[in-house]
Amino acid sequence: MGKSMELRLSGTGGQGLILAGIIIADAAIRDGKNSVQSQSYGPEARGGASRAEVIISDEEIDYPRVAHPNVLLVMSQEAYDKFAADLDRGGVMIIDSTYVQERPGIDGAVYTLPISSTAREQVGREMVANVVALGAMVRITGVVSRRALADALLARIPRGTEELNLKALETGWQLAEKVLH
Amino acid sequence: MMQELQGYLRLDRFPHMWCPGCGNGIVLGCLLRAIKKLELDQDRTVIVGGIGCSSRAVGYLDFNTLHTTHGRALAFATGIKLARPELHVIVITGDGDATAIGGNHFIHAARRNIDLTVVLFNNNIYGMTGGQYSPLTPGGKKATTAPYGTIEHNFDVAELARSAGATYVGRSTTYHSNLLANLIAAGIENKGFSLVEAITACPTAYGRRNKMRSGAEMLLWQKENAVHVKKTERMAPAELAGKIVIGELHKREAPEYTAMYEQLIAEAGRETGGGSVTPLKGR
Amino acid sequence: MSQVIEMARLMQGNEAVAEGALAAGVRFFAGYPITPSTEIAEIMADRLPRLGGKFIQMEDEIAGLAAVIGASLAGLKALTATSGPGFSLMQENLGFAAMAEVPCVIVNVQRSGPSTGMPTSPAQGDVMQARWGTHGDHPVIVLSPSSVREAYDLTVRAVNLAEKYRVPVILLMDEVVGHLREKVVLPARGEVETVDRPSPKVPPGEYVPFRPEDNLVPPMANFGEGYRYHVTGLAHDEKGTPTNNPALAEQLLLRLHDKINMHLDDILLDDAKFLEDAEIVVLAYGSTARPARRAVKEARGRGIKAGLYRPLTLWPFPAKKVRELAEQAHSIIVPEMNLGQYRLEVERVVRDRARVSGVNRVHGELIEPEEITAAILEVV
Repeated sequence: MGKSMELRLSGTGGQGLILAGIIIADAAIRDGKNSVQSQSYGPEARGGASRAEVIISDEEIDYPRVAHPNVLLVMSQEAYDKFAADLDRGGVMIIDSTYVQERPGIDGAVYTLPISSTAREQVGREMVANVVALGAMVRITGVVSRRALADALLARIPRGTEELNLKALETGWQLAEKVLH
Repeated sequence: MMQELQGYLRLDRFPHMWCPGCGNGIVLGCLLRAIKKLELDQDRTVIVGGIGCSSRAVGYLDFNTLHTTHGRALAFATGIKLARPELHVIVITGDGDATAIGGNHFIHAARRNIDLTVVLFNNNIYGMTGGQYSPLTPGGKKATTAPYGTIEHNFDVAELARSAGATYVGRSTTYHSNLLANLIAAGIENKGFSLVEAITACPTAYGRRNKMRSGAEMLLWQKENAVHVKKTERMAPAELAGKIVIGELHKREAPEYTAMYEQLIAEAGRETGGGSVTPLKGR
Repeated sequence: MSQVIEMARLMQGNEAVAEGALAAGVRFFAGYPITPSTEIAEIMADRLPRLGGKFIQMEDEIAGLAAVIGASLAGLKALTATSGPGFSLMQENLGFAAMAEVPCVIVNVQRSGPSTGMPTSPAQGDVMQARWGTHGDHPVIVLSPSSVREAYDLTVRAVNLAEKYRVPVILLMDEVVGHLREKVVLPARGEVETVDRPSPKVPPGEYVPFRPEDNLVPPMANFGEGYRYHVTGLAHDEKGTPTNNPALAEQLLLRLHDKINMHLDDILLDDAKFLEDAEIVVLAYGSTARPARRAVKEARGRGIKAGLYRPLTLWPFPAKKVRELAEQAHSIIVPEMNLGQYRLEVERVVRDRARVSGVNRVHGELIEPEEITAAILEVV
C-alpha cells in the first residue's frame, strides 16, 4: 500500500455507506494513521445515490475529496454506472452482485460478491450489508487492520447490536476469503 | 407620578418623549404600582422593550432595562429568562411591535408558557412613525396608510394569546387604571406567560384622524365602551359589538418553560453526573 | 491530579465547533435548524443541559440571535449556529450586538446561495455579508477554519475574543469543513485558555456602563447582579442614554471601530507555508485552503517558488501582511468558492504592487487542486 489510499463507498441512501466510511476512517486512526471522511451530497443525492469518501494516509491530508479511488465499493447499479469509470488504474473494485447486474468492462481488480443477499441470508438482516461489505473490503485490500476495524465498528454502532455486527463483519471477511483462495 | 414610585424612575432621563394626552404614562404608572404592590427587587427585575412609543418606557425605568430591535423584545426576554430564571422579566411592547413584526415571537413565547409578563400598550396605531395602521387598528378606522379607512381585520390579541398557550390574559384601559394595575400584578404573579393588554390613547396619531381629538375624549370613549367581562355573560353578541371587554379574561394552570428546563437539567445531570452553571463573574 | 490523555479521535467539523464552544465556557445556545449547520444545534441540545447550560430552539434565526444576546446580557457565554439564509435573518440583531457591545458568537456554515441555493453544497459566498451585512458602520471579527481541529480552536478563540472585546464574532465555516470528519487530538480541558468579559471594578453607584477603559472596552455588568443600567440599539452616551447628539453618536461609532483596530496584533491570526521566498502567493481561507496547499506543494515539486498564505482572521482584513506579500511576490492568486469577494479586498490593498488573480467557482463543489495549479502555471 502506498502512502495514501483513497476509498469511495457508493450505493443507495439507506445502505449505511456513510457510517461504513466513518468506521473505516475511525479504524485508520486507531492504526495510527491520518484519515478524512467526507460525504458528497451533490446533485446525485436526488436519485437516491449515496457516497462516502475516505482518504487514509501517513501524511497530512490536504485535499479531502476523492477523484480516482484506489478502492471502490459499488452497491447499486446507479452507483456502478456513475462511478465505475473513476476507478484509479490498478485500483480495486468490490461489487455487490445482489444489486449490480450489468457490468461493462473495467480495468483493475474486480471482486464480485453477493454482499446484500449474504447479509440477508447468512446474517439474517440485510441492514448489516454495509458491515459485510466492510469485512470483505478490508480482507481484500488491507487498508486497515482487522482489529482496528472491529474496535471502530463496536464504537459506532448502537448498544445491543454488537453480536449481529461482529457476525456480519466475519461473514464479509469469509466471503472475501473464498474468492481470494 | 406619585412620590412613592419615583424610586423606580431614572429621573435624569425626563422629560419623557410622549405627547400631551398620550395614555402611555398612565399604563406605566399602573405597571409601577403593580411592581410596588409585589415589592419586586429592582436589581432582580428586567424590563425589556421593543421599538415604538411604548417601548421607549424602558429607558425611563430604574431596573435592568433592555431596549431591543423592532418586534424582538420577547425573543431577547426569552434568552434572559432562560439564562437566569430567578429574574422577573417584564416586556413592554406596542400593538405594532407585538402583533405585526413581532407576531411570530409573540405566539411562540405564549406557546412555550415561559414566565414573561407582557404589558401590551394598545393604542391601535403606529404612533412613533406618525400614524400608520397596525394589526390592532379596528376595521374602517383611518391612518396615514389607510386614508380611506383600513379594510383589514384586526386581531383580538387577548384571544390570540389564549389560543397560543398563554396562562394568564387580562385587558383593561387607561380609564380603568386600578383594574389595569391589578391585572398587571396578577400577570407578574402568574408563573407562566402572561399578557395584559392596556387600551391606551394616542390622540396625536390616531384620535384626531378618527373623531377623537383629545386624550380626555379618548378616555371618555374608553369609559363608555368598556364592559367588564363579568357583565358580558348576560349580554347578547349584538350588544357587545364594538365594546372593549375588560378584566381577567383567561387563567389556567400549565407547566412553565424554565421550570421544565430546570427539571430537564436535573434529569440529564443524573444520567451523567453533570454540574450546575454559574453566570460569569468577570476575570 | 488528573492524568492528561491525548487521544486521537475522528471528529466532524460541526462537532468540533460544539466541543470548542463547550470548552470555551459557552452555556447557552439558541438557534433554528438549517442545513448544513444543524449538527451543532443537535449536539448542544444534548450536551448543554448535562453541564447545567441551556439550549432552546427558537421560532426563527432572528429570535435565535435575540435570545443569545439576552442570555449574554444575563451573564452566560452564548452562541448560535446557522447557514446563509439564517445568517441573512440574523443581520438585524448582529448590528444590535455590535451597537450594544454584547459578546456573542455566530457560526455560519456557508452553503451555496443566493436564496435557498443548494442547501447541502459548500460555498464561500458570505464573506462580504459577514463584513458588511448589517446597516451602518461597525467592525466585526470573522474567523475562518480550514480543518476540524481549527474549527475547534477558532470556536474557542471566537468566544474569547467576543468576551474580551464585547463584540459579536462570526465563525465563518463552510459545508466542507462543517461536515468533514478527520483525525483530531483535542487539548485537555485545563489546557484550553478561556477569557471572561471584563467586569466592573466599581460599585453600582459609580458604574458608568459604556465608559471604556484604556483598551476602549467598557467593563460589563450582567443583569441581575446589582448594576442596573440601560442597554439600547439607539446611539447612546456613556451612561447608555439614547442620544441624537451628533458628537456623542460619532464618538461612540469611532470607539467601536477603534476598540478593534487598536488590538489588531491580538485579533489577527494567520498561517503560512513556503512563504519565505515565494514569488507566487496563493491566498486562501476555509476549505479552499486545502486544495490550495496541495497545489502549492505540487508547484514546489516543479521548482516553482509558490507559497500559501492563509488568513484565519478574515476580518479585520490583514492589510499590512497582504501589502508585505505584494511587495515580495509578483502574483497573488485568491481561490474562492464565490465570484471574487475576498479578492476585491486583496486588490484594494495590493493596488498595482502585484498581479492579483482568482480561481472562482460557484458550482457547489470544493475547488480542485488542479484548478489552482493551472492558475499558478499561468503566472509563472
